[in-house]
Amino acid sequence: MVLNDEQIERFSRHIILKEVGVKGQIKIIQSKILIIGAGGLGAPIALYLAAAGVGMIGLVDGDTVDLSNLQRQVIHFTPDINKPKVISAKEKIELINPDAKVITYKERIYASNIMDIIRDYDFIIDGTDNFPAKFLINDACVMAGKPFSHGGILRFDGQAMTYVPGSTCYRCVFQSPPPKNAVPSCSQAGVLGAIAGMLGTIQAVEALKFIIGKGTLLTNRLLTFNAFNMEFRTVPLHKNDKCPICGSNSSIVKLEDYEQPSCDLHSKESKV
Amino acid sequence: MKIIVNGKEQYIEKEINITDLLVKNNVDTPDMVSVQLNGEFVRRENFQNTIAKENDEIDFLYFMGGGK
Ligand SMILES: [Zn+2]
Repeated sequence: MVLNDEQIERFSRHIILKEVGVKGQIKIIQSKILIIGAGGLGAPIALYLAAAGVGMIGLVDGDTVDLSNLQRQVIHFTPDINKPKVISAKEKIELINPDAKVITYKERIYASNIMDIIRDYDFIIDGTDNFPAKFLINDACVMAGKPFSHGGILRFDGQAMTYVPGSTCYRCVFQSPPPKNAVPSCSQAGVLGAIAGMLGTIQAVEALKFIIGKGTLLTNRLLTFNAFNMEFRTVPLHKNDKCPICGSNSSIVKLEDYEQPSCDLHSKESKV
Repeated sequence: MKIIVNGKEQYIEKEINITDLLVKNNVDTPDMVSVQLNGEFVRRENFQNTIAKENDEIDFLYFMGGGK
């Protein structure tokens, strides 16, 4: 592949980075990245990946845009209310980069569909809002040998880690979903909108570093931050030999769905 | 004695088990925390009988389920 004049100009601030260069930009243009959840995290992730020139972006989300989403889900605008999130996001991605191919999946992920959805992608990004989905993404990616970025936010806090085959997985750290009664109730589980931007951009950077094959990923480390006091920390992690999915005696041999509603002021069905 | 909790030094009078250390650190939902002691994960059922000793490094890693 050779970059044309328009691409050289559009991506010039990438190309002049010696760690990216023409070679790295071509890798980005040829990459296929899947974003699961087109909400708080998915919004900045999709915007930055589109701007970066990612050639194929998959979006998975079964929801429609709600007024209460607009406080943080910056890819959706007021006129998008009631529009499927994947369509609203696709429209913005195509406005940023008309060359991007956007594949939409207006559905939630389940044990039954996730393997088919992730199959075509080079890198998967978890932008979901509930533990069942986070564990399902981990398990599917470990089984399929797909790299992915985990992200979670709550109130003023965020965390991220990156998995590549062989590294510490999400289940090595968090063995199984927490008991339902321990998960913060809706009224306690707010989030400062900009936190989603802080974490989503970190996940987008991880995806791009993976694609160009440069830098040090957040593998075997958990990045956590508390934005209220603006403190960041990376905690070294070790692969857990007792991990139920990647340990030496893994007990999980097939994917399963967990029951757990996500947080929503309106009691709609559980999301992505 | 000195222990290191979440990267910060903490001084405690005597050895303490993980359950009590969580209480001491105002962790009100221990079910939402995964605990690493000197780089090894401590199983939840072993919180009570796992003791933090001088210079041990303990990390509380919180479950964060949000994203949308
Ligand atoms: Zn594991």
